[in-house]
Amino acid sequence: MPKDGIGASTKRREDVRFLTGTGRYTDDINLGKQLYVHFLRADVAHARINGIDTSAAEGMPGVVRIFTAKDFEGVGGLPCGWQVTDKHGQPMQEPKHPIIAEGKIRHVGEIVAAVVAETLDQARDAAEAIMPDLEELPAVVDMKEAVREGATKVHDDLTSNLCYDWGFVEENKAAVDEAFEKAAHVTTLELVNNRLVANPMEPRVAVGDYAAHSDESTLYTTSQNPHVIRLLMGAFVLGIPEHKLRVVAPDVGGGFGTKIFHYAEEAFCTFAAKQLRRPVKWTSTRSEAFISDAHGRDHVSKIQIALDADNNFTALRTDTYANMGAYLSTFAPSVPTWLHGVLMAGNYRTPLIYVNVKAVFTNTVPVDAYRGAGRPEATYQLERCIDKCARELGVDPAELRRQNFITPDQFPYATPVAVEYDTGNYHATLDKALELADVAGFEARAEESKRTGKLRGLGIANYIEACGIAPSNLVGQLGARAGLYESATVRVNATGGVVVMTGSHSHGQGHETTFPQVIADMIGIDASQVEIVHGDTANTPMGMGTYGSRSLAVGGSAMFRAAEKVINKAKKIAAHLMEASEGDIELKDGQFTVAGTDKSVAWGDVTLAAYVPHNYPLDQIEPGLEETAFYDPANFTYPSGTYICEVEVDEGTGQVEVLSFTAADDFGNVVNPMIVEGQVHGGVAQGIGQALLENCAYDADGQLLSATYMDYAMPRAADLPMITVDHSCQTPCTHNPLGVKGCGEAGAIGAPPALVNAVLDALNRNGHAVDHIDMPLSPARVWSAMNA
Amino acid sequence: MKVTMTVNGKSMSGEAEGRTLLSSFLREELGLTGTHVGCDTSQCGACTVHVDGRQVKACTMFAAEAEGTDVTTIEGMANADGSLNTIQQAFQDYHGLQCGFCTPGMVMAASSLLEQNPKPSETEIREHLHGNICRCTGYHNIVKAIMAASGQDVPAVAAE
Amino acid sequence: MYNFEFVKPSSVDEAVAALKDEDAQPLSGGQTLIPTLKQRLNQPSRLVSLLGIADLVGLSESGGEMTIKGATNHATVAAEAASSFPGLAALAGKIGDPAVRNRGTIGGSIANNDPSACYPAAAMACQATIVTNTREIAADDFFEGMFATALDEGEIVTAVRFPVPEASNYQKFEQPASRFPLTGVFVAKYADRVGVGVTGASNDGVFRWKEAEEALASNFSPDAISGLTVPADDMISDLHGSAEYRAHLVKVLTGRGVAAC
Repeated sequence: MPKDGIGASTKRREDVRFLTGTGRYTDDINLGKQLYVHFLRADVAHARINGIDTSAAEGMPGVVRIFTAKDFEGVGGLPCGWQVTDKHGQPMQEPKHPIIAEGKIRHVGEIVAAVVAETLDQARDAAEAIMPDLEELPAVVDMKEAVREGATKVHDDLTSNLCYDWGFVEENKAAVDEAFEKAAHVTTLELVNNRLVANPMEPRVAVGDYAAHSDESTLYTTSQNPHVIRLLMGAFVLGIPEHKLRVVAPDVGGGFGTKIFHYAEEAFCTFAAKQLRRPVKWTSTRSEAFISDAHGRDHVSKIQIALDADNNFTALRTDTYANMGAYLSTFAPSVPTWLHGVLMAGNYRTPLIYVNVKAVFTNTVPVDAYRGAGRPEATYQLERCIDKCARELGVDPAELRRQNFITPDQFPYATPVAVEYDTGNYHATLDKALELADVAGFEARAEESKRTGKLRGLGIANYIEACGIAPSNLVGQLGARAGLYESATVRVNATGGVVVMTGSHSHGQGHETTFPQVIADMIGIDASQVEIVHGDTANTPMGMGTYGSRSLAVGGSAMFRAAEKVINKAKKIAAHLMEASEGDIELKDGQFTVAGTDKSVAWGDVTLAAYVPHNYPLDQIEPGLEETAFYDPANFTYPSGTYICEVEVDEGTGQVEVLSFTAADDFGNVVNPMIVEGQVHGGVAQGIGQALLENCAYDADGQLLSATYMDYAMPRAADLPMITVDHSCQTPCTHNPLGVKGCGEAGAIGAPPALVNAVLDALNRNGHAVDHIDMPLSPARVWSAMNA
Repeated sequence: MKVTMTVNGKSMSGEAEGRTLLSSFLREELGLTGTHVGCDTSQCGACTVHVDGRQVKACTMFAAEAEGTDVTTIEGMANADGSLNTIQQAFQDYHGLQCGFCTPGMVMAASSLLEQNPKPSETEIREHLHGNICRCTGYHNIVKAIMAASGQDVPAVAAE
Repeated sequence: MYNFEFVKPSSVDEAVAALKDEDAQPLSGGQTLIPTLKQRLNQPSRLVSLLGIADLVGLSESGGEMTIKGATNHATVAAEAASSFPGLAALAGKIGDPAVRNRGTIGGSIANNDPSACYPAAAMACQATIVTNTREIAADDFFEGMFATALDEGEIVTAVRFPVPEASNYQKFEQPASRFPLTGVFVAKYADRVGVGVTGASNDGVFRWKEAEEALASNFSPDAISGLTVPADDMISDLHGSAEYRAHLVKVLTGRGVAAC
């Protein structure tokens, strides 16, 4: 096996450029004769636009052109990639999402006008001279108010603010209700999954360019999926065919979901560059990011679990209001439905489940997928409710969970919410986490905390997630307007080196290191002989990009299939060179051998023959060694795990300190343990951030209160403990060739309930009878709960 | 106005307005794009550089204020032969970066810490990174990398 | 931000002259001013940097008083006051982050009087004297509510003079996002009195909790304030904490500060 093959903690090759300041992020790109755009954004949440006077601004120094909605009359709106069908079989309500506000402003931050000028300061100066004539309207912010009869409508042309009312599985509803009537115990919990801002450290950037000589447009953008942007923007917004449009996402400084979506600024820069025949650049400030990047989560839910007299879960039902914001962002409708409802079984055998989701329009920034996307919302409800249930019943929360686990012998397991888990071993991760977190020693530690005046608590949460999205035929039935395969071209050069062109995109995940490990393993060459190309539609095959922990499971599988094709062809060549039968050829450690003989030929000799086909079976195969594969998964993958958090609460101030965090995950096979652990660290940190710190809050007028880092609390180094991670419990995925499941989102899914459960444990075991505190568990909220 | 400073050991000049930030001057005037800008409220620290040997946020200082100073950016951190310096190498060895965007600031902050405090504790490292936000790593491996760069034992975390 | 003229004089007199221009403003470390300028919330015609004035930098101690020149940065105070005035050094060492502490200055902090700034709490508790280019002002008279001070246009804080207490402690309870104090309390114990300065909590900016000062003067222990309550009426209520919570924190932090002295 090569030293940097599957299973090796190979150091990341991409680090060298990032550590020396030679990375190339979108904002590092400056094109000749480049112009700058500044967007005049709405500072009110809801208003009718009676007119916009740009005359004073037009004459200002450096101004090249000012764009308003009327300049986009022939241009499409930003498309939504998923159509959800409601419980009556009707399609969701789908308003137009214009590039620049048409007729009405619907959220703070919406683009009202765009100033293109020679310098950014000139554009910004001129924007201040634009006078929109606005008639302010009442803002719709609270979801339950929004769907009340007679509420102000965000979109005048829709029947109401209800995007859809989704029931799943509608046919099960009566049986679920009946089970609740027969239950020996019912636990009910109402909770909020707080609105978040993804906050990758690199703000979004777009640079549009147009080449008149070839009539080709190019967009450089901070995207997780350049091909998706090319398709959406080209086909639905600007009407540019793919062969005249190139989208490049170079080094991207984090995504976490919010760089999946197609944004107005991308379409604007591409459009304006063609109109003006000069490159147009936009760089978001962080303040702009808060009011223009799609937000995440924002669910208000009520969950109930029914149990029989032996504490077996017999039924579960949940009602959720899901905030869509003012418009439907690219994948927004799918998040509270197909990424949330279908995960409500969790790790448990609950036989009857009914999920209702009402998606609601409000005068807020659009809400879409953020790390975990739907699965954290499902897990949080379930794991919080089970914890409350254990407290009500006076039983050990770990044991109540264990009792209701799907058992290892039940896989594949079909849940009552339409998915089939292929593999898993929930007992194993629970046991591993209990051991690593030294739960047995907790009581002694709690006593020690008491002596120092602190309240100590321990919280457990399990999670299951559906990753590796997804079988295209399945998601097509569910309303996806895209396929969700992935692609790869494996090009072998004459001297034996390999270039993999993947549709996946790395923005921190380390594909440039891990993907070569797989190829190195398959061929038996050194990983340094393999190069990964990604992020440019001009030199990668059509692929769907990176999100939903799918890169290795789907993109890696595509690469595996393409490499298999390459190897099969290479074996044919080797057979010819060794005058042997193709069926007897084996490839190991970079050598082709003939079974049962001492004949061999090196990988490099075969690849050279492929390109210098002097002695070559030209009558049977073509020269060259390059193959492409598109991989469409047969099922989701289902990573799972158990997370344990230990906290201390300062009774005087309500301050929570996270003392330790343990994550025992089952990701199936692991290609690079170092990178997998790093993904868990980061996910857990974001989960702790959601549970303890982060809160995207609006006031009743639709003004964003947490609009900068002065009010949106980001986790910092001193807020977090060292994180204990384990991935030794491995039940490999049964349906992809690598047996991998995906690890990017797990931490963000499992951490919030573990932490909140720990804080409530600390309070309840120390005489504060508190059922629930909504995230984030800020000192003020915890103190208020203790002193209610 | 013309502004002149020593950047990574070389005297460099460029044009600046009064309002030109040091971060913009480095990125746009001098083409040193390794210094990143991640916020506009002086909190994220992606723009951290050294001015006269002390770490500052290049986005919260005017280029004109750096007139005549000695500035070090991430581009000036590698060894003379181009290889990664001790801190940079430790970041790679311990996977102290993912997307790489905050990384220049982290390296500059870490280097400043180790100059003042060659053997910092885990707590001191975390405190020193107060003004450097990372969204990818949970800081876990950054702390380990700085520990390692200081020649100390890296904290053992179970199951690793 | 809007453009302006940048000047960097080398003496206080030159700075004062440069500030005579209408809409000219002094620039010290700029750690608060520059973010404000970026938001276009301020439009100076000229910024007069005070950091080139050698006379404005340094600490000295004599006769039980510590004098810190206006353009001395927080890192310098944290290092150089550590042995003689550890409470103040610790306060300076927790302002912002290391980069901010290398630029931000005591004069800038005092002159700006941000309602969540740290130094004003110490200045109030210690009954410090604010020295300007024209006069000396008692801390009690200097701070006039959020972002408001007794400074005239063009007047520069050249130094702050603290009577060094027997013991002191700063309790900073951070707002989770900005990490400025949600509430901060500086306790200073002198032979004849106790000072309690509170920042971050009140709509009126920094204040002295005089009831606590009186109670602690006769009994310097956390018990002395256990019977007191801080009225919530004038406290700030926002996303990060209610007025009642801040009022509660003032008392908790004062008790902890006393215990730590």
